[in-house]
Parts: sequence; C-alpha cells; structure tokens
Amino acid sequence: MSGPASEPAGQSAGTAPVTTAPDSAGKEPGRGNRGTMRRAEARAGLALISPTLVIVVVMVVVPILWTVLLAFQRLRLLNLRTTGLFGAFTLDNFSNVFGSGSFWGSLVTTLTYSVLGTGFAIGLGLVAALALRRPFRGRNLVRAAMLLPYVAPIVAVTFAWTTMLNPQFGVVNFWGTSLLGWDEPIAFLSERPAALITVIAFEAWRSFPFAFLFLTARLQAVPGSLEEAARVDGATVSQRFRYIVLPQLLPTIAVLAVLRFIWTFNSFDDIYLLTGGGAGTEVISVSVFNSLTARGDIGGAAAQALVLAAILAVLVGLYLWRLAPREEQS
Amino acid sequence: MTTTARTTTPTTTARPAAATSPTPRRWSHDTVETRVFGVLRVVVIVGLLLITLFPFYYMVLLSVRPLDQVVGDPGALAVAPADLDLGSYAAVLAPTGSGGQGFLVFMANSALVALGTVAVTLLIALPGAYAVSRLRFFGHRQVSVLFLAVYLFPAILLAVPLFVFFTRIGLRGSLAGLLIVYVSQIVAVSIYMLRNYFDTVPVSLEEAAAIDGCSRLGIMRRISLPLAMPAIMANALFVFMIAWNEFLFALLFLVEQRDRWTVSLGISQLAGSIEVPTTVLMAGSVIVTVPIIVLFFAGERLLVEGLTAGAEKG
Repeated sequence: MSGPASEPAGQSAGTAPVTTAPDSAGKEPGRGNRGTMRRAEARAGLALISPTLVIVVVMVVVPILWTVLLAFQRLRLLNLRTTGLFGAFTLDNFSNVFGSGSFWGSLVTTLTYSVLGTGFAIGLGLVAALALRRPFRGRNLVRAAMLLPYVAPIVAVTFAWTTMLNPQFGVVNFWGTSLLGWDEPIAFLSERPAALITVIAFEAWRSFPFAFLFLTARLQAVPGSLEEAARVDGATVSQRFRYIVLPQLLPTIAVLAVLRFIWTFNSFDDIYLLTGGGAGTEVISVSVFNSLTARGDIGGAAAQALVLAAILAVLVGLYLWRLAPREEQS
Repeated sequence: MTTTARTTTPTTTARPAAATSPTPRRWSHDTVETRVFGVLRVVVIVGLLLITLFPFYYMVLLSVRPLDQVVGDPGALAVAPADLDLGSYAAVLAPTGSGGQGFLVFMANSALVALGTVAVTLLIALPGAYAVSRLRFFGHRQVSVLFLAVYLFPAILLAVPLFVFFTRIGLRGSLAGLLIVYVSQIVAVSIYMLRNYFDTVPVSLEEAAAIDGCSRLGIMRRISLPLAMPAIMANALFVFMIAWNEFLFALLFLVEQRDRWTVSLGISQLAGSIEVPTTVLMAGSVIVTVPIIVLFFAGERLLVEGLTAGAEKG
C-alpha cells in the first residue's frame, strides 16, 4: 500500500534535482550533492534489480514473444532441428484452432471449470472462515489443517483422490455401493458428466484454503463494535452477516474471485493428473500440452496457448485497471 | 472475540426486561438463529476437517496396508497393528537394481532442485526487493507491473517456447535447466513478498547507519538483512514448497531420463503402469508430502503472515 502511494511524490521530487544538477553542481554544493546522490541511488537501484530483470526477460518475456512467432509457423517437433527461427509464416494454426470443434469445446469446458471451481472454492472458504471465526480450544490446529490441501504436493493429492475414487478398490465406491445403495461403482474420472463434476469438486477442495486464509485475515480486521451495535439494535445473526460483515468482505471476495479465476483458468496439473483430459475434461491448457507432446504440433500448441493468453490478458487487464485503483482508495 | 461467550448470557437475562418492547417475537427469532448457527458451526467444522484430512489419512492408511488386503477389503478405514506392513516404503525407496522403485534418487533430485532454487532465488530477489522498496530508479514502476504480470501469467504459455528452446540447446533433461526455469518464475513473487516486508522496516534506521558512515552495501548487510530475517525465512520456505511441488516443467523437461526424475514426476509416471502396486506409490506420496507438512507446521506462522501480507488492505 505504502509503495504505490508514495511513488509519484518520490519520483517527481527525484527528477527535479537531477535535471538541474549537472550545471549547478560546482556552484551549489548542497543541491549538486543531492543530484549525485540521486544518480548514485538510481544506479544502485538498477544494478540491484538487473539480475532479476535479466532472468525474467530472458526466461519469461522473450519466450512469450517467441510463442507469437511459433504460432504463425508450421513447426513440428520432428523437423525442429532443421527449421530456422523465422520460417515461413502462415495463419494455418489459427484457422485449425478456430475451425476445429474441439477448441470451442475446450473453451466451454475451461470456462465451466473455472467459474464453478472458483465459486465453490470461495464459497467453501467463506463458510470455513466464518465457522472458525470465534476462538475455541485447538482452533489454531484446525486452521492449520484447513490449509493442508493447498500446500500438499499436487501429485500426491491427485494420486490419493484417483485411488479413493477408483471403481475397483476405491474407498468411495466401496461405501457407495455397500452403504448408499449405488447399483454399480461410479467411474468418477472416466465417465462424461461425472468426470467434470469431480475435477470441479477437486478444485474446490484444493483451493478453498486460499480463500479461507484471505477471508480470515480480512475478518480479523472487521471492527467488533459495529456488530455489537447491530446486536443491541436487535439484528439477528444472519442479518448481522448480511448487512455488517458481508459488505466489508466484498472487496476481498472480488479480488479473490479474479485471482482464483485466472489461476483456475490456467491450471494444468490438476486435470492432467486426474483425468488426463479425458471424458469431457480437456481444458485448453491440457489441450496445449497434448498438442505439444503427443502430436508434436508446436505451431498448433503455440496458437492455442496464445489464444488462452489473449483471453487472460483481458482478465489481467481488468484486474489491473479496474480493481487495483479501487483497492488503493479504500 | 471473547465477548461472544459473555454476551450469550446477558442476552438471555436481558430478555425479560426487553419483553415489554413492542417486538418480542424478534428476540426469540434471534435466539433460534443463534442456536441453529451454533449447531451448524460445529457440524461445519467437523465436516470441513473430515474432507480436508481424509485424503491424507487414506494416503497413509494405504501405504501401510499390504496390497492384497486393500484389494480384498477396500472399505477398511483402519489397520490392525498386527497387519501393519512397512514393505511398501522399503519397495519404493530401494534402488531399481534390487527390485525397488529408486525413489531415493528421485528425492535427491527433488531436494537438489528445490534447495538450489531457494538459494538462487534469494540471491537474486533480495537485492531486487531492496531496490524496489528503497531506491528510486528509472523504470521502477514498470518493473513492479512487469513482475505482477509475470506472476499472473500462465505457466502453460511458457511451456511451449521453453520446451522448444531447451530441446534445441540440448539442456532438456538437465536439472540445471529446470532450476533456471523455476527461478525465473518464482523470483517475481519472491520480490513482491520481500518488498512488502522491506516497506515496513523504518527508513530512519538505515539513515542513521548512513550518517554513521555506513555504505549502501554495508547498510543492506548490517541493518536491512538482519531485520528482514523472518521474512527471508518465510520466503525461503515458500520457494522451497513451490519448487518441491512443481510438476509441469519437471514433466516436460525430465520425463525421458528416469534417473533425473523428481519424486512428483516418479509418482505420476509410475501411476499408470500395472507393475507398480498402488500401495507402493502411496508410500511414495507420503514421502513427498511429509517434508512439506513438516516445513509448513514449522513455519506456519511466518508463512501465513507472508501470504496474507497483501490481503489486509482489501
């Protein structure tokens, strides 16, 4: 908070002495000194940040730009070593992407998955944060336990889930058929509607702790006096939540919704490890991966990744320009 | 928050006096709601604990049960002490030469990559975070925006060019290549977290040191770094956990050479094969999860503070 707010003042104060410093350096020692100090500071700043900049530019920015080039080339993994950096440019990859029904299917799946996954994760996080709001013995331990799904290695938890849901010897199907009276075991990860529902449930399970953590932090900052006053005025528990607590949580929920949506929209690991993209769960990122490794179609993979990024750029843009300034005001 | 325990009694004792007010019905409504939500709260907490912990419990349970028992009685929720079988752990850790899965090698690979990532990231991010927090330099704002964008952009977008690039220069299959990729993606978040901390350290301390004749580097080393130590530790834990858990780039870069696999990659690659029993891989899952849980509980307070540092302004 203090960073962005104090920046404009610091910068304008900083640039003025620098411009006057060169001529007046000899005559006015005080001002000149400050100018050289400013320049020394700027030089030190750049020197300290440059390793980061180099690695980010080389390993992130340049590759992203290169993806754009790749997307306009007909490049396959097989002929990778023989083709140059600037091959023949073509729009084929994009016409293939937009022309195929599978891309639009993937997009719909991705959107369904992200919207529902985000919604359930935040909902569950809110319920958890509210339930653990009042202190009780062992609350810290319960809170820490709530965070486990989020910090545990993705491969380990997806493996536990796939085994739990296994139709032959999974615990869920065993209890489902013997206790809940299911006619036959459900193939949670390889049947059409079930697989998408399962990966959404997994996403909610995996990332509700993130929402829980942020909402808990925000709840701690809600002043108790407002609720006390409302209670005295006769507001019930649900009314106090609806009119006092929830309005204060809404900005946090909005930020969470955008962040979680972006991450869920991109997420690859969860679905790849649970279903491999089968049974109607092939989101765009899994489709990019399959194009790249299974089909060796580098150009096609790059084109799909680029479309994914374009949709995301819009979302990130919305976040930066709509939400961030509002956040600064509050 | 201790007020809640107190106020439930006053409300009930205050009610008779308030019963003369024109709306006595609402009080009972409130009491009903308080009771319902009180019960609901307990149910929710127990339910949440069950769903968060059960997969972990199941993981441990399967790792200590012999395979034939798991197939024969899949619904068992506990294991008798007599049936306790640690054979899965022996099988998963033993080298491939003696019939095991060679997870000791995978663990060494994971640890090497994760620790290397922590060291390199901190080495680069600490000066960077200090610069972004303390020094005014040209492009200072743009750098912050760039880092935020890097943080939010999809890893899969980078997968294509990095895969092609590393294939061409022949670094695919090397742990060093993977390490560089990890550092490049984590360093932005790392700077963001550390910067938030540096911002809270009063500048006056550094100014006092400068007046006493300390150089810029001396200030960083003697004043800023010691003060930021808790944040640095939290950051190191955070980076370690990300690198240890990472899957996509490990899969893209290392999949062809088994002796370079990380633990995560090992589990995911062997999960599909029929020859490796599920119980053995469950033991592998426990092995990859335990260090994370130990670190998490050891540094929980630090981590939670670090993670939510940006949330309080919301």
